Amino acid sequence: MTATATTLAAPAVTAGRPNAVTDALTIAWRNLLNIRRNPQLLVFATIQPVIFVLMFRYVFGGAISTPGIPYVDYLMPGIFVQTVVFGALTTGVGLAEDLQKGLIERFRSLPMARSAVLLGRTIADLVRNIFVVALMVVVGLLVGWNPGADLVSVVAGLGMVLGFAYALSWVFAIVGLSVRDSETAQAASFPILAPLVFASSAFVPVASMPGWLQAFARHQPVSVVVNATRALTLDGASASQVLSAAAWIVGIVAVFAPLAVARYRRAV
Amino acid sequence: MELLTSSPPAIRAVDLTKSFGEVKALTGVSFEVPAGTVLGLLGPNGAGKTTAVRILTTLLRPDSGRAEVLGRDVTDDAMTTRASIGLAGQYAAVDDNLTARENLRLVGRLTHLPWADIVRRADALLERFDLLDADDRLVRTFSGGMRRRLDLAAALVHQPPVLFLDEPTTGLDPQGRTELWSFIEELVDAGTTLLLTTQYLEEADRLADRIVVIDRGTVIAEGTASELKARLGATIIEVAFDDPDAARRAASRLHRVGELAVDGKEVRVNVADGAHAMLEAVRVLDAERLEPRTMALREPTLDDVFLTLTGHAADDEKESA
Repeated sequence: MTATATTLAAPAVTAGRPNAVTDALTIAWRNLLNIRRNPQLLVFATIQPVIFVLMFRYVFGGAISTPGIPYVDYLMPGIFVQTVVFGALTTGVGLAEDLQKGLIERFRSLPMARSAVLLGRTIADLVRNIFVVALMVVVGLLVGWNPGADLVSVVAGLGMVLGFAYALSWVFAIVGLSVRDSETAQAASFPILAPLVFASSAFVPVASMPGWLQAFARHQPVSVVVNATRALTLDGASASQVLSAAAWIVGIVAVFAPLAVARYRRAV
Repeated sequence: MELLTSSPPAIRAVDLTKSFGEVKALTGVSFEVPAGTVLGLLGPNGAGKTTAVRILTTLLRPDSGRAEVLGRDVTDDAMTTRASIGLAGQYAAVDDNLTARENLRLVGRLTHLPWADIVRRADALLERFDLLDADDRLVRTFSGGMRRRLDLAAALVHQPPVLFLDEPTTGLDPQGRTELWSFIEELVDAGTTLLLTTQYLEEADRLADRIVVIDRGTVIAEGTASELKARLGATIIEVAFDDPDAARRAASRLHRVGELAVDGKEVRVNVADGAHAMLEAVRVLDAERLEPRTMALREPTLDDVFLTLTGHAADDEKESA
């Protein structure tokens, strides 16, 4: 037998049992390599929030009244949450691209754990979000953000932002698996995201909105998470604020992760 | 490598049906692929070839019927099936933003090979598929032919005994196609069982031991390439003239030689006894002082078979919904 014949020979089945964690980490490694090979996407992802920081800090900020605290300290937690909410789109767009290119079909034909593609994608997007949020912290400090709380509370607040980002990844995974291409994934997501981000306490106090909108704006998840993060960074967090934000995060994952995996099984 | 006579076929489809809403993709398809052989699933676009492959590779559940790989039901035993098959599809499913080597290692890790084996297999496959010069280049810089070769290599990382190739050469230039064919022939020589779908009759003729012709979700013919050709029961005399007028005059005389069809400047005559009929045709044309530009006796091709079986040409895509 020649070396060539050995390369192409077909012996017995050798593949082992799938392990959900190692398979997910393999996929995460692949997705992180993708991000590293397209650094321009990461740059674009941070340009928009930086513009928001500059706009709200220097243009609109003066007209927005936030009694008791400087507007920049009010703004930055909103910016962090807004950044990861719009960033959650990336999960859906990436999955739609994989679907379009036939990669999902290849993965589904391999003896790997069913959850791995989604778990790996959301883990990679979490790593990406850590990077983006860290960058926004630096931008915030440069424009005068001065979190009053101790380091542990500030880190807890940022952890809340990242947890929310992770939960939203599962929501947009479903969008990405349901539409046929990445452009549609993007277009379908924006109308969901815009009201959540802008009709919230991210940029302006809810009390300044008309009454009918306040009911929605006060209780929707973006506001709840922004309020908890803001309170944590200002050193005024109440247990109930933190708990209700955490409940949203856990609740979204509990509902949407199984739905996304079910959608994945039927995808292609 | 002797096979036990009792061993089940490597691939078996039993009365598979599948509908997508109103569209009946498969309406009862059955075939078997004995271990170590190549079956060509031949049919036009939309015939149901890809649906059959996707059922056999666990990507799709059939509405009814049974799909087996190596004697196991693919739905009941999906993980074992996935471990024993390789699939390369029409779209070269490789990651553009990874290198060729990273793509192969990715598949190796997802099929749970030991790391040392993954490294060795990836290198061996890169060399075998002439990708060693491009091993650390991002796949997004690859040509279409290189991507297909990498896609085929990716399907072979875990050395699956059963391979599914869904239109492996669609969209390739003739050179790329010939290259891929020789890789596939080598695989088959090494003992891999192969199910190949194609709309190229030449491809099925060259690669497949047996051919199943499928059209509109159902099997319409089955056999070796020569068996299928023999179903025409004829040899074909092709006579081409310089002008259609001469072709028509020749046709009016040649009809007593055999069943014929006129296509522009060309006359085709189906005959039973090739050599004898050729002589007679020459005499008839000479008596009429008709001088053909070319005159040839040829075996029927699979194109002729397809036209006869389905009433439409193999590349007549619009016909089948």
